[in-house]
Formats: sequence, structure tokens, C-alpha cells
Amino acid sequence: MPTKSQQEIDRFARDLKPDVYQSVYGGTKATTEKRYEVLFRDYPDPDLLRQTAGQIKQHTLENLDKYLPQAEAALKANGAQVHFASDGDAANRMILEIMKANGCKSMVKSKSMVSEETGLGHYLEDNGMKCLETDLGEFIIQIDNDHPSHIVKPVAHKNRRDIAKSFEREGLGDYNDDPETITRRARKFLRGKYFEADVGLTGANFVSAESGRLTIVTNEGNARFCMAATPIHIAIVGIEKLVPHDRDLALFTALIGRSGTGQHLTSYTQFIGGPKREGQPDGPEQMHVIFVDNKRTEVLASQCSEILRCIRCGACLNVCPVYRQASGHAYRSVYPGPVGAVLSPLLAGSRFPELADLPKASSLCGACNEVCPVNIPIPDLLLRLRDKAKTEHAEKAMKGTPPMGMFGLLASQPHAWRAAMTMGAAMNLTPDAIINIVPPAAAWNSCRQLPKWRGGKFRNWMKSRSKN
Amino acid sequence: MATCLCDAFFDDVAKATVQVLEYLGVEVEFPADQTCCGQPAFNAGDWKASRKVVRHVVDAFKGEDPVVIPSGSCAAMLFHGALLEFEKEDDLPEVQQLANRSWELLDYIVNGLGVTEWPGSFPHKVSFHRSCHLRGTCSGPAALQLMESIDGLEIATFGEAEQCCGFGGAFSVSHPNVSGKMGQLKIENILAADPEYLVAADMGCLLHLGGIVDKGGKNLPRFHVAQVLRDALISANLLPAD
Ligand code: SF4
Repeated sequence: MPTKSQQEIDRFARDLKPDVYQSVYGGTKATTEKRYEVLFRDYPDPDLLRQTAGQIKQHTLENLDKYLPQAEAALKANGAQVHFASDGDAANRMILEIMKANGCKSMVKSKSMVSEETGLGHYLEDNGMKCLETDLGEFIIQIDNDHPSHIVKPVAHKNRRDIAKSFEREGLGDYNDDPETITRRARKFLRGKYFEADVGLTGANFVSAESGRLTIVTNEGNARFCMAATPIHIAIVGIEKLVPHDRDLALFTALIGRSGTGQHLTSYTQFIGGPKREGQPDGPEQMHVIFVDNKRTEVLASQCSEILRCIRCGACLNVCPVYRQASGHAYRSVYPGPVGAVLSPLLAGSRFPELADLPKASSLCGACNEVCPVNIPIPDLLLRLRDKAKTEHAEKAMKGTPPMGMFGLLASQPHAWRAAMTMGAAMNLTPDAIINIVPPAAAWNSCRQLPKWRGGKFRNWMKSRSKN
Repeated sequence: MATCLCDAFFDDVAKATVQVLEYLGVEVEFPADQTCCGQPAFNAGDWKASRKVVRHVVDAFKGEDPVVIPSGSCAAMLFHGALLEFEKEDDLPEVQQLANRSWELLDYIVNGLGVTEWPGSFPHKVSFHRSCHLRGTCSGPAALQLMESIDGLEIATFGEAEQCCGFGGAFSVSHPNVSGKMGQLKIENILAADPEYLVAADMGCLLHLGGIVDKGGKNLPRFHVAQVLRDALISANLLPAD
């Protein structure tokens, strides 16, 4: 039954269409099960791997001032051009300038969460450039003028019938909701576009500071086409993507596929360290790497720096019971789910209050931490952000949460507490401050019933025994 | 520590806890000044109010004795949550001292006292809900180990056992729809396994799940693990029935 709610994510979940719920719930549950199966079949102690990976990332973050220049030097030595963008706008401008300077008109683009942060696609279109998404999910989002709802599976909220309708509308063939047919049609359409484009854009999953080598994983091979078919490769990369050494990549490539999609390894794993060298038959003639800060140094200095370890595998979204009920769009930001509930309000900077409710949308069950391949203590970070919201009087976060001032007072005064306990029984009515433990009646009673008040009974029993 | 939920609603759970511990030869004290662990305010984000309560807990439980708590989430509040909110406070050492000797009941019985088998019988089919605050702690395996050693007790496993029940303290009212849906799903999974009792080691979960069951007019009696252990003792005449 629908219940009134003051929290946006809760209302979103309440009003979610059954179709969307089915897509999200079914997809995330299946992926979670696959992840578990593969990880535990392949490794005797996956937890140890998660912890190791977390430590490597944390170490890298704490020494970014060393590793970032190292990566820059290595990339330059390989012949790549390296740029630093302080925020999303700066990154977008740099990309536009590179395109203009080389007389480029069109871009093929593989999946990149940073480019979602910066809104690159729309920016380029607004500035007269063509920009085509080549990841199947992102391509569907693009033709539907929609937003991704999952960081690995952007169309987690759609089913194949939705997608078949979109393809029909776009003239990509008659209605056909067979997944293979859909994929084949997209492939046929996209294949030619790679060759028409002047620029290929990718993200990077990892960057080795040692060699400057970028690791890019996909399941469709589209990143590889973007780099191979165009003369200019631009990689847009968050500064937190560094790892110290090439050898670390073994661990991270092993974890990202298994955690994200339950695969031993993603279907395509690309390593690229620079543009085409002399004598090399193909590859881009120019390679630009743009390291994007976009509030990351602020996050690094905050109490939630651990969130920057994130390798965007999506495992925490898949396992999250709130994400499953609410879907990604409920989070109103580029990063949904548990990782988003921490990262999005932080990346919002001074607009923190607008997203301060996200950390409240969690039962703090800890499933996210349990699956996270870099062992991010997400529940702890959510709690820190709740404290931050309260301290900074972010109204959105407080809505619907019973005020705790009275509770704090009562629970630190034993006499008052005891009186309240027995009073509750006498009046068969619970004093407000205590019911805050098991909070406001209306929201509670919407789908639950409270047991009978039995305050004081246990204390009397204890007392009667000590007298004997 | 009795926990405020036992203090207010579930006196029999607190009673069973005392009886079980006494059977094991533990002398149980109940500091009358105790109130709540501070978790409601901690989870709600009001750390200032929560720290006030935790300071009171530190005061009420002074000394060196272990503090045993029949609730995974309240125990976790003392050995984990409190440390988080006192990170920058001067009295962190006192809170740390309390954290070091705070135990969840079943963890205490199995790993503290070294008791791994339980006498008596409990001839019923039960489903055990592994509360989220037992995640990554020794309490879940400890509870199962003890229950599995009881004569006649059959554990009915159910689907999506890893999923949260949806309680989450203040979350249950700030997000009533999501919380309710999570609880319904849990109940559906449990009912499909057709147990006679739903057993857990955290009254928060049982309050929420029980509330949904009762509201829906379904029949699913709930027990805290301590109550199962107590009833097993009674069955073996190791404890008088009262
Ligand atoms: S927070 Fe962890 S589990 Fe979630 S997407 Fe990032 S790496 Fe994956």
C-alpha cells in the first residue's frame, strides 16, 4: 500500500513502475549471484583479495602527489599528450579545443563515467560536434534521450521490449525484441560510424603510474574500435584511477570482471600507453590523456576519502536492497546506489544540501561493503555524511527522521528513562521520546504493527530475584 | 546490557539471556542506570545526541567486566559505531575501553566462553535470520553452531538470506515504502520455507518483521536465539519452567 513519505528516494520507490522494478530487481539479483559463484569458485579467500586491492588503492590515493607526476612523465615519454582539468567544464573545453585544433567534426565514444559527470556528449553537440555513444547501453540511452541508471549497465531500468521499440522508432529495423537481433542491429549501425569519426574517446579503468599504461575493459570491444579506427584518441580519466605498478593490474583486472558482471575477465581488456609508434601498423596518431579532478582533491581531504578507491564495478548497486527497490534514477545523480549515496553529495561540492538526503536512503545493512572489491566501508561513510548533513542543517536529509534531541536527553538520564519506561505501560501509550527508538506511529503503522508495551517488566523481574 | 527494545517490549528475551548466562556459570549484573546504546541517534545522523547517550553508557558500565548484549546491532554500536563518532573526541580512550569488552551474546557464549554445544531439545523447524549487524562478525556462525547442536532443531534455510530485513532504525520511518517492501520480500522468502519459528539475534529485525507479519494477519511466531537456548535448557530439566 502506498505510504506518504517525505523522502524523495522513498517516493520514487513507491511510484516505480512494476516493469522497471522487475528489470532492476531481476538483473541485479542475477548478477549478484553470478559474482558470488565465480569469485568463490576461483579463489579460496576472496576477502583477502578485496582487502589487498583496497590497501593498494588507498596507498595510491595517499601518494597521488607522487604517482600522478610519474604517470604523466611515463605517458609523455610514450609520446602521449597529458592534460589536467580542474573540473568538468575545463575537461569539456579541452576536448573541444583538441577537436577544433585538428579540424575534427565527430567523435565516437566508449563508456566513461567521468564523461557523464562532465556532461561531455551534450556539450559537444551544443558546440556543433557530433558525438556517438558506442557502448550498447549508452547508445540506447542516447537515442532515448534518457539517463543511465546503473554505472555498468546504463539501461538496467529497461527491458528488451522497451529497447526493441526504441530501435523500431529510430529506423533500425522492424520491432524485434530478441536480444541477439538487437545487438546485431546496433553493431551493424555502429560499425560504419567508427570509420567516419575523427576522434575516439575512451575512459580508463586503471592507469599504471609506472608505465603510464591505461587499462580499458569492455564487453563489446567498442573501446578498441574507438581507438583503432580514428586518428586521435582522447582518454578522459579521473585522477583516482591510478595504481602504482603494472603488476597491480593483474589483481584489479581479476577483480573488476568478477565483481561487476561475474566474469573471470571482461571480454576485451585493452592496454594502451601512447600513440602509434614508427613502424607500428595501426593505432591513433595522437593520444591525449586528460586527468580530471572535478572535486576529487576535496573528497580526498574529506572524512570520506576511501570512496575514491572505487573502481566502478557496480557490485554494490547490484546487492543493495534499496537500489533494487528504488532503481538508479531515484538517486538523481550520475552515480546511483551505495557508491552514489556517498560520492554524489561529495562531488556536488557547495550543492551538498541538494543531495544530502542520499546517505539517508540506507538501512546500513553493509551488503555493499561486503561485496566491494576495494573494501570501501560504505556504511561508515554514509554515517559520516549523515552527521555532516545534521551539523550543516541540510534540511533534505532530516525530513522524516524523528528528532533525536529529546531521546538523547532522556537516554542519558536514568531516572527519567525509567519513569518513561513504566509510564508507557501505565498509559498503554508510548512516550514520544522513546517511541523515537521505534519511531513515529504513522510511518511505522503504515505497514507494521507495534507489539504491546512491556516497559519495566524485566527490571521488576531482576529486582524480585535479587531480593530472594 | 538489556537493550532498550527488551526494556520496552521484549522482557522475556532479556530474561532468557540472564537465565542462559547463569546456567553457564556467569554472574549477571544489571546496572539499573542503563538506558539505550545510543544507536537511534547515531544512525539518524545526530551524533551530538548519540555521544551524550554513549557517555552515559560508559558511565553506567564502568569497570572491567564484559558487557554482554543480546542484540547484534546494539553490540556493534558499542564496539564499532561509538568509536566512529568519538574519533575526534577527548574521551575516545574510555569509549575504546568499553568497546574492547562489549560482546554480542552468542559470540560471547561460543567464542568468549568456548561453549560450542547446547543440551536439551527444541523439536521445531526454525528459520534463522542473520541480522546485518552480524555481517563479518563471529555471531552468525556462533548462533547457528549452537542451534544446530540442539536435539530436534531443524534449520529451514530460505531464499535471499543475505538480504536485509529493511528495519534500519530511523530508516524504517523516514523511508517507510522501501523499508516495508524489503520486509515483505524477506517475509515471503521465509514463509516459503515454512518454518514454525522465525529466530534472530536482534530484536530490531524481529520488531520490524514481526510487525509486518502481524499487520498482514499471518502467523509466524518469533524467537530470539536466547529464548531457544532457554527452552532447550528447560526441556532437559536444567532450568525450572516458570
Ligand atoms: S564502491 Fe566498491 S562495489 Fe561499489 S562500484 Fe565502487 S568498487 Fe564497486
